[in-house]
Amino acid sequence: MANKNGKKTTTSRKTGGNAPKAAGSTAQSGGKIASGGEKVVQCLEREGVEVVFGLPGGAAIPLFDALYESKIKLILTRHEQGATHMADGYARATGKPGVVVVTSGPGATNTVTGLLTALSDSVPMIVLCGQVIRPMLGKDGFQEADVTGITYAAVKHSFLVKNVEDIPRVLKEAFFIASSGRPGPVLIDLPKDVLASPCAAPFVDKVELPGYHVPEHADPAALKQAAAFLAKARKPILLVGHGAVLSNAGKALLKFAEKLNTPVVNTLLGKGAVPEDHPLNLGMLGMHGTAYANKAVDGCDLIMSIGSRWDDRITGKLSVFCKDAVKIHVDIDIAEFGKVLRPDVCLAGDARLVIEDLLPLVGRCDSDEWMDQVGTWREQFPLHYPKKGGLRAQHILDRLDQLGGRDSIITTDVGQHQMWAAQFLRTTKNHHWLSSGGAGTMGFGFPAAIGAKLGCPDKPVWAVVGDGGFQMTLCELATAAVNKIAVKVLIINNHFLGMVRQWQELFYENRLSGTDLEGNPDFVALAEAYGIKAFHLRRAADVDKVLETAMQYNEGPCVIDAEVVKEDNVFPMIPAGAALCDMIIEPPKAALEKPTGST
Amino acid sequence: MSSLATVASNPTSNLPLHTISVLVRNQPGVLVRVALVFARRGYNIESLVVSADPANAEFSRMTITCSGDPETLEQIIKQVAKLVDVVRAIDHTGQAVVETEIALIKIKADLTERTEILQSAEHYKAKVVDCSASSLVLRVTGASEKLDSFITLLRPFGLVELVRSGKILMTRGPEAT
Repeated sequence: MANKNGKKTTTSRKTGGNAPKAAGSTAQSGGKIASGGEKVVQCLEREGVEVVFGLPGGAAIPLFDALYESKIKLILTRHEQGATHMADGYARATGKPGVVVVTSGPGATNTVTGLLTALSDSVPMIVLCGQVIRPMLGKDGFQEADVTGITYAAVKHSFLVKNVEDIPRVLKEAFFIASSGRPGPVLIDLPKDVLASPCAAPFVDKVELPGYHVPEHADPAALKQAAAFLAKARKPILLVGHGAVLSNAGKALLKFAEKLNTPVVNTLLGKGAVPEDHPLNLGMLGMHGTAYANKAVDGCDLIMSIGSRWDDRITGKLSVFCKDAVKIHVDIDIAEFGKVLRPDVCLAGDARLVIEDLLPLVGRCDSDEWMDQVGTWREQFPLHYPKKGGLRAQHILDRLDQLGGRDSIITTDVGQHQMWAAQFLRTTKNHHWLSSGGAGTMGFGFPAAIGAKLGCPDKPVWAVVGDGGFQMTLCELATAAVNKIAVKVLIINNHFLGMVRQWQELFYENRLSGTDLEGNPDFVALAEAYGIKAFHLRRAADVDKVLETAMQYNEGPCVIDAEVVKEDNVFPMIPAGAALCDMIIEPPKAALEKPTGST
Repeated sequence: MSSLATVASNPTSNLPLHTISVLVRNQPGVLVRVALVFARRGYNIESLVVSADPANAEFSRMTITCSGDPETLEQIIKQVAKLVDVVRAIDHTGQAVVETEIALIKIKADLTERTEILQSAEHYKAKVVDCSASSLVLRVTGASEKLDSFITLLRPFGLVELVRSGKILMTRGPEAT
C-alpha cells in the first residue's frame, strides 16, 4: 500500500488507512508536541535515515506508529536477526549506519547475533528496542528482558532512555558513536511509556562526550619513524584490512604501494580497498588465502598493517609470524596496538589520512628482486581446482567473476563457499565485499544482500551462500519477494556443513558428526513457493547460461540452487594454530594432526 | 601512606597488585562496562572504590586494585579507556601518589586480652569506635600493607568481622588524578 509519499512498505495497513495525515511527515504541526516515539523518528529523519529494518511487538508499537507517517521506508523482516544483518549489509555497502527497530524481550534478544557480527567487523548500526514501561522494569513483566545487560559485550555503546527529554541527545550521540572512529553497533532501549510521553526537548546538533576521542592524523614523529623503516625495507608488504575499506583509503593506498614498489595483500574484510585485479595485489592472505600471498607475508622483511587487527586467521602461529620483519600498525583504535603483537611503530589515526600523510615521506624501496620473487610465487602456486568430476563451486565463482561478479556487490555466509568466493571473486571496488569475518555468522549473507541492494539499488548484488547458512535466515525470502528486491542468491549446495566436514575429513579421521544436511528442501521449489524466480544448476556446462540469465533478471529476487560436488575441500589451507610456512597447498595424501588453534 | 604507588602482591597469585584510577561519566551501567572488561579476561578485581566528583556530579572516580601480568593489564586499561563513558584510565604503579585505605575490624576482646589489643591498636594508630563487654570495633587507616600487618597481628584474638574500603589514591601536586 502506498502512502502519501508514494512509498511502499511491507506492512498491510488494515487500520488507520483513512487516518488524517499531518503535512510534513512527523514534524510538529499546529503546536502539537511530539511523542517520544515521534521524536525518535524525527531524529532518524534528521540523521538522513532512508530505511529501517524491523519487526514490531507490543512495546515497540509507538515507534512503528511514528514510522507510519514518516518518509523513512520500513522493511518488515520475518525475524529480528534478519533485520540486523540487513542493516549491517546496508551499512557496509553505503558507509551509512543501518537502523533496526524491534520490540522488547525476545525481539531484542534476537538482535544479539547481529550486534556481535557488526561489533566484530566494525559496522555502524543503530538498534532501537522497545522496552516495558518504566514502572515494570526489573519486575519480569511480559516480554521484559534486561536488554542493555544482555548486550553489553556485543555493542560499542548502549543507552537505556528513562527520561523522554533525553531522546534527541541520545539519538545524536548514538549516530555519532556508531559511525565515528572505529564504527560499531549502538543499542537504544526505549521503554514504551517513554515513547508515549510528550517530548518537548529541542533537537541536538552538537555532541559532548568527554571520554570519547577519535584520532585522525597520526603523530608526525611516528610517521617519520615509519618512513625510516620503509626506506630500509627490501622485502616490504602492505597488509590491508577492513579499516582501509571503512576509511576509503584505497586510492591513497594504491599510490602508496606503487610509489614504494611493494606488493599488497588483503584480509577477508579488506577485499576491495585496493582492487584485487591490480598487478600489485596478491589477494587474500591467511588460513585460506592464496599461496603466493602467504609466501610473501612469510618472507617479507617489513609488514605494514593498515586497519587490520592481526587476527588469528591471518597470523597463524603467532610466535613465528613475520618473526624478523619490522611491523608497522595503522589503526584508529589504539586498544588494538599491542593486543596481539608488539609493532615497531604504531600509527594511531584514520587509515586514509595516515597513508596520505605518509605518502610524501617515502620513496621507492630497493625491492625489485623481491617483486620478482613474489611474481615467481604467483606463477608457481596459482589458485586452481580440478576441472573434472562434476560441478564445482570454484568453477561457478570463477565464471561469476569473469561474467561481471567482480564489479558487483557480493555478500557471503560463512564456510567453504565463503572462502571459495573470497579466492575466486576478485573484489575491485570498495564497499563491494560484505562478509561476516570476525564473528563468522552463518545466515548473514542473504539478509545482508537485501540491505545492500536497498542501499545501492543501481548495483548488482549477489548473495553467495551455503545450504547450511541460507537455511538460518531464509525466512527473509518473503521480505525480498514482497519488496521486489532484486538480489541474486547463489546457493552453493553440497548438502553438508562443508567447512566442518572438511576438518572432520582432514583432522578427525572423517568421523562426520553433525555435518550431513540430510533433509534439505528443494530450494527451487521453496523459492517458487514465495513467488521467487529460481534456477537449478547441476552441470558445469550450464554455469554461464544460468549466471547470465540471473544477471538479466532484475524484476525481483532470484535463487540459483547449485548442486555442487559434495565432498570438495578448500585449499590452500593453514591449519588453525600452524605457521604460514606450514600451509597445505595440495590435498594431503596422509592423515593430518589435529590443529592446535582454537577454531 | 607512601609516596610511590606500591606494588604489593596478591597473596593468592603472587602477581603484582596494580592500582588503576578510572574517571568515568556518571551514567547507569558504567560500573558493569568497566567490570566486564576485567571479567572477559578472567581477571579478578581485588578492590573497587567509587566516589562522586565533588566539583561535577556528572563524573565519578573509580579506584581499582587488581593483579595480573603487566602486558595483559595494559591491554585491559586500554580497553577500559576505550569505553565511551570512561574519560581516562591510568595505572598509577610507580607514580608519585598519595594512597590510603580504611578498615573496620570487629574483634573478640574480653577483659584479659583487651589491654594487649589496645596496645597494638595504639601502635598502629587505630581508633576504638565501638566497645562492648566482649568486643571492640577498631578503625585503622593507612597503606594497605600496614592494614594487612595489623590484621595479621589481631587475628589470633579472634576476628568477628572485617570490612576494608579498598585502596584509594590521588596523584601528588596540583593536577587532577
